Amino acid sequence: MTDTLTHLDRLEAESIHIMREVMADAVKPVMLYSVGKDSAVMLHLARKAFYPSPPPFPLLHVDTTWKFRAMYELRDRMAAESGMELIVYQNPEAKERGINPFDHGPLHTDMWKTEGLKQALDLHGFDVAFGGARRDEEKSRAKERIFSFRTASHGWDPKKQRPELWNLYNAKKAKGESIRVFPISNWTELDIWQYIARENIPIVPLYFAAPRPTVERDGLLLMVDDDRFPLLPGETPVERSVRFRTLGCYPLTGAVESEAKTLSEVIQEMLLTTTSERQGRIIDKDGGDASMEKKKQEGYF
Amino acid sequence: MPNTPDLPIYVTDALIAEDIDAYLAQHQQKSLLRFITCGSVDDGKSTLIGRLLYDSKMIFEDQLAALEADSKRVGTQGQEIDFALLVDGLAAEREQGITIDVAYRFFTTEKRKFIVADTPGHEQYTRNMVTGASTADLAVILIDARKGVLTQTRRHSFLAHLIGIKHIVLAVNKMDLVGYDKTVFERILLSYRAFASEIGITHFTAIPISGFKGDNITALSDNMPWFKGPALIEHLEGVEVAAQRDVSSNFRLPVQWVNRPNLDFRGFSGQVAGGSVKPGDAVRVLPSGKTTTIDRIVTLDGDLDEAVAGQSVTLTLSDEVDCSRGDVIAAADAPPEAADQFEATLVWMADEAMIAGRAYWLKLATQTVSATIQQPKYEINVNTLDHLAAKTLELNGIGVVELSTDKPIVFEGYADNRTLGGFILIDKLTNATVAAGMLHFSLRRAQNVHWQASDISRDMRANLKNQRPALLWFTGLSGSGKSTIANLVEKKLHRMNRHSFLLDGDNVRHGLNRDLGFTEADRIENIRRVGEVAKLMTDAGLIVITAFISPFRVERDMVRSMLPEGEFIEVFIDTPLAEAERRDVKGLYKKARAGQLKNFTGIDSPYEAPETPEIRIDTTAMSPEEAADLIVDRLLG
Repeated sequence: MTDTLTHLDRLEAESIHIMREVMADAVKPVMLYSVGKDSAVMLHLARKAFYPSPPPFPLLHVDTTWKFRAMYELRDRMAAESGMELIVYQNPEAKERGINPFDHGPLHTDMWKTEGLKQALDLHGFDVAFGGARRDEEKSRAKERIFSFRTASHGWDPKKQRPELWNLYNAKKAKGESIRVFPISNWTELDIWQYIARENIPIVPLYFAAPRPTVERDGLLLMVDDDRFPLLPGETPVERSVRFRTLGCYPLTGAVESEAKTLSEVIQEMLLTTTSERQGRIIDKDGGDASMEKKKQEGYF
Repeated sequence: MPNTPDLPIYVTDALIAEDIDAYLAQHQQKSLLRFITCGSVDDGKSTLIGRLLYDSKMIFEDQLAALEADSKRVGTQGQEIDFALLVDGLAAEREQGITIDVAYRFFTTEKRKFIVADTPGHEQYTRNMVTGASTADLAVILIDARKGVLTQTRRHSFLAHLIGIKHIVLAVNKMDLVGYDKTVFERILLSYRAFASEIGITHFTAIPISGFKGDNITALSDNMPWFKGPALIEHLEGVEVAAQRDVSSNFRLPVQWVNRPNLDFRGFSGQVAGGSVKPGDAVRVLPSGKTTTIDRIVTLDGDLDEAVAGQSVTLTLSDEVDCSRGDVIAAADAPPEAADQFEATLVWMADEAMIAGRAYWLKLATQTVSATIQQPKYEINVNTLDHLAAKTLELNGIGVVELSTDKPIVFEGYADNRTLGGFILIDKLTNATVAAGMLHFSLRRAQNVHWQASDISRDMRANLKNQRPALLWFTGLSGSGKSTIANLVEKKLHRMNRHSFLLDGDNVRHGLNRDLGFTEADRIENIRRVGEVAKLMTDAGLIVITAFISPFRVERDMVRSMLPEGEFIEVFIDTPLAEAERRDVKGLYKKARAGQLKNFTGIDSPYEAPETPEIRIDTTAMSPEEAADLIVDRLLG
């Protein structure tokens, strides 16, 4: 051990400190688990924070039924490995109405994710939810607190957030209010990748390049992950060597053509790339400039 | 450096393309620096941050395209790129054109990762700057070269200094608008230096820059050949960071969480807040004061040989000692104190003003207690640095206060340890964070930790003697009758099977205090020592009787504050000076009048009579025997 901690050491120590601090005041905490790389890092940090105990909270996956198949596989494996309870929630109304990304556009995200998350938190009475959002992801998130307060109806008021000084977090709340806690707020995309490499954290293989059936639509390369993908006239899936920089619902997540098959190559490509991470996702684009901020006020994570 | 969109924005390290594994190995060893930027609205702060992100290749093509479009639509720089738009995030702020909150930005150079707190310069947002500064190792204070040192500059410098930031960078911005003139820079430097030394900033680094044009940001600019460096980034890469400094201090770990997976394992999880620790090290658990040694430092990656400041670990101890959240595990030979009354600086952060006497939650490290604040001793005007009388603190008000907690907390002065000296206050009703505070020192030092925890408590000792301990503190002029009455009181107590001890002024001066004379300082020390001895005796369960002139009110109050509430009983033997001098049992008044005795109380040194003594004896109205009966009745009654 040298005298000086590296930036990854300090980020890790900060995230662990945040998670343990939550346990002081939380009645029923939960960790939101989206199976992406950020979730993978957050889960790994939770295991470190409480070792040798298993993390003292369950994992919650707010499912849309439209995630990549490889994500469901890793999700189940990681839950088993960590010894944590896995709660999968699917909005029953969205299920009944057959809401899907092909026919329903923004309603798909709204019902499955935004509404689904609120329903799941209310159903189980979770008062604190860990989320894997990072401040570097998007402009409005740069100002998000680590402890983010939500009203009883899950609303977010940028004017009512508490100042966070030193490493002192005020986690006191009234009945009905809840807190979203972002323990990896200060990590960047590069930090995440470097840490995954340093710690050998398992991630969904979709992050690595492989030949996959894809179609090009609206400027995005979409992967035909199962036979629910409705092909338009003239569309034929083409085998391309692709990978994903972020993972969500497969019909909404654009792939990039790539030959990066290892972690080092992925990081290399990321460092040499010239477009930002969320560009491959449709969600940011609707609603113009401040769309993520608007979604946050509505309760989207 | 020209500012055109076609400049090569993605000149990355050649190593990335050539040998990514070597690059990664190298970049895993980077350190982290957190800093804040402060300046007034028009100093070009957002532009500078945008520039730092841009120059360190943190801006992607799609963001740049959006930026170019935005710059033309809502920018303030005409057709040129408005870097400020990169960092102004919330929709409302964009419309107003000012930053209204603390935003955190990230960029990386070859040597370091940086977290930048972008803090607002607007008059009413002191609280945001204090928030951003609380986690920073360094502050960049921006000055518009055309305007020089302004009120805001003073305010930001004062706040950065107040929060304990050791590294101050004075960035004289917009040098392009003053023709890169050396004399402008030097004039500002001189005027800032004068102000800085006034508030205690002993050194700072001044750099002339242009955030807009990129001068002296990443490299020294040809436009200012007279400036020999360092460039801003170069300086940021070189300064020593806080975590490195903390390692050399004493070991402290505030316990966050007790890790108890099964009956065989009991670990204490927390982040090391100072120093370092190894298995086998002797430690003390505070506030109980129990000592033990470190058994293991447990992590998921295996046990560690050492943990240092900044690391989050789980410790196991060699002995089964009580230890829970809020306790502090510390170096056994250099533990922090515990106390319940403090002086502190408060920065008020809520719309509702501070209410003296109201209870707030106080959170310091992992301890949360109830605390009440007294009316401020004074408020500090952040613009003039004047001390003003104040009854309360309003939003953004800064003041020095005394506060008391409902139970002792383990602490250090903020200057020594930010983690054990910095705290927040929380409104008990709204749960809002209403203030940030920095402890200076404790006010009642005798209520510190009892370092050596013993299994037999003072209550147990007193119970064995079947009595309540007390200190009967006799005060009065020389010859007033203190010793006579005190002696009678002890005799009566002895007959009643009470365990007592009479500490006589003259006797103590033959031994314990024989090195002390009769100057004011020596008299104070005399009383302090007697107070300490009396306190130990009450701890042993005794009824202690002292007979000292003890002429100064403040020293008697000092002894009072050493003891638990109700145990100090002040007995004023009220004999007028004329009467005492008439008796003159020891012939001392005669000597004093003759000038043979200096500093004699009542003659050439004052006697401050008690204002509200527990017991007052008028020796002109009752006999010593009657006085002794009265005192014993009051004590045991």
